[in-house]
Amino acid sequence: MKPEEIRVCVMRVGGTNCDAETERAFRELGVQAETRHLNELVKRKNLMDYHVLVFPGGFSYGDYVRAGVIFARRLYAKLGKELRAFVEDNRPILGICNGFQVLVEEGLLPGFEPMSAYPEASLAANIPQGYNCRWVYLKHESKGNCIFTSRIPQGKVLRIPVAHSEGRFLFPKEQEQQLLERLYEEDLLVFRYCDEHGNYAEGRYPTNPNGSFHDIAGICNSQGTIFGLMPHPERALYWWQQPDWTRQTQMPQYADGKLVFDGLLDYLAKKH
Amino acid sequence: MKYRAKIEVSLKPGHTDPEGNTTQRLLKELGYSVDAVNVSKTYNIQIEATTAKDAKAKAEEMAKRLLANPTKDNYTITIEEQK
Repeated sequence: MKPEEIRVCVMRVGGTNCDAETERAFRELGVQAETRHLNELVKRKNLMDYHVLVFPGGFSYGDYVRAGVIFARRLYAKLGKELRAFVEDNRPILGICNGFQVLVEEGLLPGFEPMSAYPEASLAANIPQGYNCRWVYLKHESKGNCIFTSRIPQGKVLRIPVAHSEGRFLFPKEQEQQLLERLYEEDLLVFRYCDEHGNYAEGRYPTNPNGSFHDIAGICNSQGTIFGLMPHPERALYWWQQPDWTRQTQMPQYADGKLVFDGLLDYLAKKH
Repeated sequence: MKYRAKIEVSLKPGHTDPEGNTTQRLLKELGYSVDAVNVSKTYNIQIEATTAKDAKAKAEEMAKRLLANPTKDNYTITIEEQK
């Protein structure tokens, strides 16, 4: 499939606020990307017209109840059948920040049980408490399962910003170690917070900006087609979005976030 | 019959409560001797049901499907008949 044939749906609802830059990131790569409100997709029943579904960042429905849960439950109630077909067809789904929260609340990630009726993990309130907006370093952990990061060598350190209040990845306390082992065994762990040299944060703030268990910043499902992460790759697309660009003598055209979108395009190019 | 379901969602033991810890610190700064603060959220929901048992079953379903995340939350339900 050629890039210009790829159709990407950036799904928004009230409170979504990163849809425009996410759509722009995809357009930069030459694919057809459009932002659609959930209600529009419900009315038109055309989710399957798209090859990729993206849940962008923001504060959907004011983050009421828990971040992402109202979006997730409305999605299930209004578009559950279409979403199931989309997932079963292994079409890629990306969740960024609030989108990651939606995928976890929807039971799509980590996806130990496919489309689990109840969330299997949680993105809880940050420790230290409050909204945290900063550039962080991420170490790529995937051994090749995640289709979005196929261009990134294992162990490579990326610099991408976070901006959230509820990003502390958690498993149920009593199953924490057991489920962590499953993440490794099934190659579901994609990004961990680290310092610029690649040393894991080990929970230390601000290297780990939210107190996430095992410094987890992003995970995928067992097929590698559903990927959620708290950092914002669309905010690290161009070289000039980086905080130190004026101090650099040589800058590549793009920043690290672009690699996530490139991997997706590679996958789609091969698939069809 | 009309019932009021009071659903209180709180963190399971062992999970850190950053809002509670921050509140505790401030209360201490204000001069109170406070050992711990746990924050919970209460939803008061007016529902129609045939019996109190039926009302509780409905509230239970609401808690499981939306209000609590079983990874980290506990919940308690109290049902009151509305006059």
